[in-house]
Amino acid sequence: MSTTTQAVTGTEAGEPARKKGRTQLSEGARAERRLGFLLCGPAVLVMIAVTAYPVGYAIFLSLERYNLALPQATKFIGFGNYGAVLSSPYWWHALLVTVVITVFSVAITLVLGMLLAMVLHRTPFGRGTVRTASLIPYGIVTVAAAYSWQYAWTPSQGYLSALFNNSAPLTSQTEAIIIIIIAEIWKTTPFMGLLLLAGLSLVPEDLQKAARVDGATGWQRFTRITLPLMKPAILVALLFRTLDSFRIFDNIFILTSGNNGTGAVSNLGYDNLFSALNLGIGSTISILIFICVAIIATIFILGFGTAAPGSDLGKG
Amino acid sequence: MAVITPRQRAGWTTANFVVIALALIPVLWLLSLSFKTPAAVVDPSLWPAQWTWGNYSGILTSSQFLRPLLNSIGIGIISTVIAVVLASMAAYAIARLRVPGKSVLIGMALLIAMFPLIALVTPMFTIERALGLFNTWPGLIIPYVAFGLPLGIYTLSAFFREIPWELEKAAKMDGATPFQAFIQVIAPLATPGMVTTAILVFLACWNDFLLAISFTSTIDSRTAPAAMQYFSGGSVFTVPTGPIAAAAMVITIPIIIFVLFFQRRIVAGLTSGAVKG
Repeated sequence: MSTTTQAVTGTEAGEPARKKGRTQLSEGARAERRLGFLLCGPAVLVMIAVTAYPVGYAIFLSLERYNLALPQATKFIGFGNYGAVLSSPYWWHALLVTVVITVFSVAITLVLGMLLAMVLHRTPFGRGTVRTASLIPYGIVTVAAAYSWQYAWTPSQGYLSALFNNSAPLTSQTEAIIIIIIAEIWKTTPFMGLLLLAGLSLVPEDLQKAARVDGATGWQRFTRITLPLMKPAILVALLFRTLDSFRIFDNIFILTSGNNGTGAVSNLGYDNLFSALNLGIGSTISILIFICVAIIATIFILGFGTAAPGSDLGKG
Repeated sequence: MAVITPRQRAGWTTANFVVIALALIPVLWLLSLSFKTPAAVVDPSLWPAQWTWGNYSGILTSSQFLRPLLNSIGIGIISTVIAVVLASMAAYAIARLRVPGKSVLIGMALLIAMFPLIALVTPMFTIERALGLFNTWPGLIIPYVAFGLPLGIYTLSAFFREIPWELEKAAKMDGATPFQAFIQVIAPLATPGMVTTAILVFLACWNDFLLAISFTSTIDSRTAPAAMQYFSGGSVFTVPTGPIAAAAMVITIPIIIFVLFFQRRIVAGLTSGAVKG
């Protein structure tokens, strides 16, 4: 927004100077620009070194047959690894598990997060205590929480297992996936709730009052006023949660180790590297996950339109 | 909201109670397990039948936990300091200076924030082994800094934009260079935002598991979350439930302290960049 303003005033004030070309930036502006590059440089370098370079390297590795157990057999094989992964039932199964976990955990987290935001926004007392309590699941180390869930469901030992006739749900595929989803929901609802709360506090109280005077019911006010005004906040929260959930690893690693067909794509990638020592296949899985994430992000960003996060920060 | 009927009061009390209970029960369960004796662990009640400090004294005298705890603290603090310093510099440029390519940087930060970590594990594992960084502190610090930066740049540029411009201009009028204006005028004003960012980055490092198990192989650099699975029970047939629960509680304590003292800042930081867009 202010970029436009600056550009306009710049043209008006510096019309004669501008014709001599870009070198006519004032001394101050040049110093400012140099400082800007100096200040951004280190951050950009670190981010590129740790993400862009390894991804480029992963693309290269994914085109090779490269097994740490058989280093002599290393050889360029083009898209052979991609063929191998995409024709493997393990990949498609892991992808399905990941999608199921993502869809259910994000959808339920959205509803529960909205309820949590409502409680935090409207409760007439104890708001600080509720907020403190709900920040603990957000902050707790995922692995610590995962152990809590694992022991809770251990037969003849856990309080939750005791409630369900000492069953051993972590050993059955469907039940284990449900528990993984519960663990995800518990951990991430506070984050969703806080993002939605920030959106909720932007909804003007006057509008709610006016609608109440006009006879709108609570539900009508929620669906006609609150939800549309919160759309940007909801989309941002959904984007963050979806991508985060798609990366699920810790909970599955601790709860089931991916046994009984409960592993997500991240667990598959990990196992390929550390059990099979297959760098070629592992890199191929990495690249495929990267592509999945890029697709999800693109869909969301198209849905955002102008409300995309950062579109405001980039200006100014 | 000024007048609350008894019915509303009861309703909100229930709602508050449900939220608090749901949030805390899994943590209380860990706490209870951590105080149970090996014999009492098989009892599913939330209140230990026999209490013991044994699990805590066990892990806190064992290098199998103490060393990883030290690694977690050291790696977490170093990564946080580097990430916050680099992110502050970049965020200052984004919020205050006229620099081309700002939106590219923001977009890049956003992309990295969404990055699937597992996509990094295989190539980074290979690179770290080649560079001798595997199973060292820098081997974890470097990726932690890289993944702390987007969060930091995002949160800090939102904070920095709230700082009054005029003070910086006044400093420059008085003869300060842009760098002096940054260090002497803006930095003190920016401290609250930097503290918030530091907490969020530290929590992210403290929480990491995937990179910690992938890029370490011994307790020399293994962090606490990654070390817990290597605990052993009293004998090969005993599952080390008590020690793991105690270790989980120990690594949860800093989080509870952060939440109690900085909850407003954490909430402000979490929601800063995300909702203003």
